[in-house]
Formats: sequence, structure tokens, C-alpha cells
Amino acid sequence: MSTETTETIQSEIDANDVVLFMKGSPVFPQCGFSATVVQVLSQSGVRFKGIDVLADDALREGIKAFSNWPTVPQLYVKGEFVGGCDIVREMFENGELGELFTAKGVETEA
Amino acid sequence: MSVKDAIEAKLTQGLAPQGLVIVDESASHAGHAGAPAGGESHFRVEVVADAFSGLSRIERQRMVYDLLAEELAGPVHALALKTMAPEES
Repeated sequence: MSTETTETIQSEIDANDVVLFMKGSPVFPQCGFSATVVQVLSQSGVRFKGIDVLADDALREGIKAFSNWPTVPQLYVKGEFVGGCDIVREMFENGELGELFTAKGVETEA
Repeated sequence: MSVKDAIEAKLTQGLAPQGLVIVDESASHAGHAGAPAGGESHFRVEVVADAFSGLSRIERQRMVYDLLAEELAGPVHALALKTMAPEES
């Protein structure tokens, strides 16, 4: 992975409280797993930045190496990797995701 | 060996699971972008193993991803995971 890609990813997760690396955009997800996480975040009432990895091959491969995680979507909260679709959905269903947002000081509208 | 058999063999060897369910869900994704013809691309896996006790969700899934690195780099396009320690199942 190029230094430039690493820096791009790092600057996004530094600049935004909640970042979702996904396939497609929040409005038009291109994958069911990405769509699920978008839905969870919307229901949680958090503002997030969606980054479409399909738009950039370097980013698509780079995010996997960056997180040491072979699949997309990937959710970051305050710079910390939270997980992919399975983990985020499970944390939403048992209330842990809301607790995480509160603990990290992320504003929710819900 | 089918992809499903390979997944079963590697997880059985790597985790000695008490419970293992592998479902090929490729049929419901046939034809969408990136889905290869012939199926065996989308799987749902539920694993119950002692090895997961005391580990975070991320650590558990990384164990599974490491064991299946070859499949994920090749034919497997999507893998939905549920990882449980015996006391959680």
C-alpha cells in the first residue's frame, strides 16, 4: 500500500468522528452489507461520512491492509476500528453501539 | 473439494469448534455486480469454539479471516460471520 493511500485513510478518520468505508454511497449502496451498516447508522441518529471504495482501486485494497481486515464495509469511530457489518449489526441490536457513541462523545439525534 | 468443504475443513482444523454451520447463500446474490457465475461465492458461517473465549469480536473474526485467507482472496466474495464462545451459544 502506498504512503499516500495510508495518509488519505488516516486523514479521513482523523477529520471525521464516524467514517464508513463502503461500496457505493450512503444514498446508493452497492452492496447489501454496506446498506445494512448505513441503515444502522441512520437509525442510530449519527452523522457519518461514507467513503466509496469502489471509486478508487488503491483505496479499495488499501483499506483492507490498513485495518488488517479483508472485507468492506468497515466502520471507524473517533479513529478506532469498530468492525464490519456483522459486528456493527450485533452491537446495534444489543445496545452496545449506542453506548460506544456516547462513550466516545459522538452526538446522536435519536 | 468444494469451497464449502474447504471452509469446513479449515475451520474444523483451526478452531476445533463445538458448533459449525456453513450456509451457501450464493443463490440469493446470483447476477449482482461482482458475483461470479456458478455460486459458492456468498457464505454465512456460525462458529462456536472455546478458542473465542475472552476475545473481542474483532479478534474472533480475524482468527476466522486468517484461517480462510485463501478463500477470501479467491472465490469467496462475501462472508457473514457469527462467532460465539460456548457459554454464549
